[in-house]
Formats: sequence, C-alpha cells, structure tokens
Amino acid sequence: MTQLEIKREAVRKPFNRRRKACPFSGPSAPKIDYKDTKLLARYTSERGKIVPSRISAVSAKKQRELATAIKRSRFLALMPYVTS
Amino acid sequence: MRLYESVFIARQDITTAQVETMADEFAEIITSAGGSIKKREYWGLRALAYRIKKNRKGHYTMFNIETGSEALREYERIMGLNEDVLRFLNIRIDEVIEGPSIMMQAKTERPQRGARDDRDDHDGEYDSTKIEAYPDQTSDEKSEG
Repeated sequence: MTQLEIKREAVRKPFNRRRKACPFSGPSAPKIDYKDTKLLARYTSERGKIVPSRISAVSAKKQRELATAIKRSRFLALMPYVTS
Repeated sequence: MRLYESVFIARQDITTAQVETMADEFAEIITSAGGSIKKREYWGLRALAYRIKKNRKGHYTMFNIETGSEALREYERIMGLNEDVLRFLNIRIDEVIEGPSIMMQAKTERPQRGARDDRDDHDGEYDSTKIEAYPDQTSDEKSEG
C-alpha cells in the first residue's frame, strides 16, 4: 500500500499546474449568449474552430452551452464558420 | 404560450424603412394570433461573417415574442416565403432579459462599427487576447481599435 503511494509520487511531473476554474461557473461568470460575439470569439481559434474545453478549461456543461451558442452565432453570420 | 427569441436578416439592398414595415408585418402575424411582442430591436445593417445569397451585409432585427406554436409555425412559414429574408432563427428562451441586448449595447458604445466594408477576406474580428494554447494567458482586455 505504502509502496504504491511512493511509486505514484515518483511518476508525477516535477510541477503540476493547478487546474484553472471554469470561466463560466461562479457568481460573476458571464452569460453565454449567441449574440455576444466578443465573448464567443475568445473560445474559437484563429481559424474559427471551437476551442476544446481541455484547453479553455470550460466545464463540460458550459462547453455544451458554448458550442450551441457559437453554432447559432455562425448560422446568423455573426461569426464565421471558417476563416482562411 | 411560450417565450421565443427571433432574429431575421433582411437583404442589404432594401431600406431601413422597408425592414421596419416587414418587421411590422411579421409582428402582426404574432399579435393577430393572440401572442405579444415583448421586445423589438433593430441592430442595423451589419456585415455578415460570410456571404449569404451574394449578400455581404444584412439588416438584423430581433424580436422577443410570447406566442403559441401554431402562430410561430405560420410566422416561420411567412418568413421562409419572403425573398427579402436571408435567414431567420427562432429559439425558445426562458425569460425576456430586461433592457437592450448586447448588440444594442455594443452599437451605442461604438457607432462607427460597420464603416469599413472594403475588407473582403478578413471580415471577422480577431483579438490577440484569444485563447490559443494555454488558458493561463487569457486576459479580458481587448486590443481592437
């Protein structure tokens, strides 16, 4: 038991980055709205792709909401589908 | 009766007055069926992020409406038939948010937004502060002029 613990410790990276909190959770979080292109643009890549939540640290629930908002925004030509 | 948010994009060639009368007609469909218009906004002639039916710009109008499904179906049918409407989106909402929407707020802050229509390939707006690789570098400030 103790041995296993030590092994895990050794495998661990020299420093572990703290997981950043979801930007849409918490009391002062912005509301996800398809009309707010300024906000949504921060969660899309240069190409216009939706940034994966593992990079943006958005929670799974909020990521789903965000994806819907971005897609609505694209449909209304407020945001691009692709940028080349 | 449910709450819906409806946005439609009208062709760029028609005048603002024509858009208004069109919006009146659409609103009439809802109100005559017993529904009501909770909020109405005209976002102005905005640049489209991509071309729709050869249009680079469009007149955006938003409604917040309370109506039944029958009237909404009719409303969507009429919009689909109207050739001046490039696109529309009707979604269900839980509540009508008080005050002007974010689009109207942005417009009052910077009225000269759509002045540059000579840009062809780079129509989208990009912030250098966008998340690209690491969330640690996120910042809220915008560096857009």
